[in-house]
Amino acid sequence: MKKYIDDFIVTDNRRLNGEYVILTLELDRDLPEILPGQFAEVKVDNAPNTFLRRPISIHDVVEEKRQIKLLVQEIGEGTRVMGSLQKGDKLNLVYPLGNSFSDPATKEVLLVGGGCGVAPLLYLGRKLKEKGITPRFLLGARNSEGLIALDEYKKVGEVNVTTEDGSMGTKGFVIHHPLMRTDSPVYDHVYTCGPEAMMKVVAKYSEKHGIKCEVSLENRMACGIGACLCCVTDTKDGHVCTCTDGPVFDSTYLKW
Amino acid sequence: MTASGTFGYGEEYEDFFDISQLGGIIVKGTTGSHREGNPYPRMAETPHGMLNAVGLQNKGVDYFVKEIYPRIKDYNTNMLVNVSGSTVEEYEDVARKINELEKIPGIELNISCPNVKEGGMAFGTSCPSAVSVINAVRKVYDKHIMVKLSPNVTNVAEIAHAVEGEGADSVSLINTLLGMAIDAESRRPLLSTVTGGLSGPAVKPVALRMVWQVSQAVKIPVVGLGGIMTAADAIEFMLAGASAVQIGTANFIDPLVSVKVIKGMEDYCERHDIGAVRELTGGMITE
Ligand SMILES: Cc1cc2nc3c(=O)[nH]c(=O)nc-3n(C[C@H](O)[C@H](O)[C@H](O)COP(=O)(O)OP(=O)(O)OC[C@H]3O[C@@H](n4cnc5c(N)ncnc54)[C@H](O)[C@@H]3O)c2cc1C
Ligand SMILES: Cc1cc2nc3c(=O)[nH]c(=O)nc-3n(C[C@H](O)[C@H](O)[C@H](O)COP(=O)(O)O)c2cc1C
Ligand code: FES
Repeated sequence: MKKYIDDFIVTDNRRLNGEYVILTLELDRDLPEILPGQFAEVKVDNAPNTFLRRPISIHDVVEEKRQIKLLVQEIGEGTRVMGSLQKGDKLNLVYPLGNSFSDPATKEVLLVGGGCGVAPLLYLGRKLKEKGITPRFLLGARNSEGLIALDEYKKVGEVNVTTEDGSMGTKGFVIHHPLMRTDSPVYDHVYTCGPEAMMKVVAKYSEKHGIKCEVSLENRMACGIGACLCCVTDTKDGHVCTCTDGPVFDSTYLKW
Repeated sequence: MTASGTFGYGEEYEDFFDISQLGGIIVKGTTGSHREGNPYPRMAETPHGMLNAVGLQNKGVDYFVKEIYPRIKDYNTNMLVNVSGSTVEEYEDVARKINELEKIPGIELNISCPNVKEGGMAFGTSCPSAVSVINAVRKVYDKHIMVKLSPNVTNVAEIAHAVEGEGADSVSLINTLLGMAIDAESRRPLLSTVTGGLSGPAVKPVALRMVWQVSQAVKIPVVGLGGIMTAADAIEFMLAGASAVQIGTANFIDPLVSVKVIKGMEDYCERHDIGAVRELTGGMITE
């Protein structure tokens, strides 16, 4: 897929809580095709210690408005500066990067997200819905405060939640939700993104039940386009780039 | 030119601009056989720079000749191959095979990679070992040999001088500076290899100083690199004595940086009434 480098204009910064914002970015012409699971390398200006671009998933795309949405968790200087962007600010993106989630074989799917890993699942859910598939989300967080933008997910599919403190949904981790405790799961394809420990248990459960599981990795990146070989992950074929061969991988392909 | 290990095989940047505008592309480090490189994590951002410990991951020279060369040979720019190895024989073997490739006008001999356990930088940090590699490669390679020097030495001019004596056609410097980073909270190193190579603007003053020293010690052309982000940076390298420059890490931040630097250098020459960029070489005024 052709990659672009473009200046976007921030048209909205919606603060979800002390840690998360959703940025809406607009281009002055039609967007190229963007696939669910792809990401952008964001240049963060006015952040003196942020030297490299920051990889951020495509959270959502509104084609008719030429808009891209990014869900940003503020964890360091780069993401904090992104979180403080105002309407009218400019943001330079190299995009769309990486492969994408694949189509499911049947209509029964489960999308499991934790932390800022929920980000790519919204756009994936929307694309699945366009294909006549109702996505079943399973979103986990430490507490109800950490479950973000649930309204958006509810517009697209069925939403199930877990919290570690039990303040909303099932108490515990995603793996403790009834959807993942059963020995006869009702879905044939699992998509997951979030903390590695979470993805590993989700993958293990899926593999045990013979379900295809796609995981989206968040390795440290420098170029994002396959030029530096900094972002590798170990697979059955040895080291491959997370930024070009991933970020989405079949869980059974990874050595982790 | 774009620096080895930062511009892939050129293909990665084709979507962004017409890469024939570049003076040359130095492709990834190529070794005698397939190398997996170092384990993840291989990269850490540091103030105004980055550390990498890729460790020369590549599929080996035979794969390059068979699979990659046919794809890139017709790019309308100078495609140079960065040749690396762990033994003199390995360098020789790679150079001999690259010598057969009609559309590759030269090699950059990497005797300065800090990220491999054996060989690599070791060859570039002492005169006798640098001499042994260049001497062997010169016998099997008859086109342009650019030798890439390591900054991890006390006297870079001495090594440059020795390299020139063995028949190198040019030298390029600097490769990355050996460095490391630790996460204070977890007390762990940020790289799987603990140490790695520092690049980006953080190394520029060191690189500039070394280019200046080397240009006074040798007659062959000096290619300057290390932290170039703008046309002004590139011009500083020329003024210090470089005949050409390479851009590395900056490509990650702005894939279009090289063409911007070329344009900026032309503008500078126009502004200063200088006929050609090459007239800048060694033009620093000291009195
Ligand atoms: C393909 C991909 C998609 C991503 N999608 C999103 C997204 O949609 N929303 C979002 O908020 N974040 C996302 N991330 C993570 C995001 O890139 C990092 O949080 C960001 O780079 C941190 O930058 P910083 O300057 O704020 O923090 P830094 O000051 O650079 O780092 C703060 C802490 O974060 C850690 N860190 C740095 N880089 C990464 C990284 N790439 N992944 C995980 N931890 C990191 C550092 O080790 C450090 O402990 C994604 C990462 C990848 C690789
Ligand atoms: C990710 C990465 C990979 C590199 N790989 C190589 C390599 O294979 N061979 C080599 O000679 N230099 C390699 N280098 C060094 C660069 O070519 C260059 O010498 C160095 O980064 C300094 O220039 P810069 O500051 O413009 O990046 C690499 C640098 C980086 C950042
Ligand atoms: S980040 Fe450079 S190759 Fe993936």
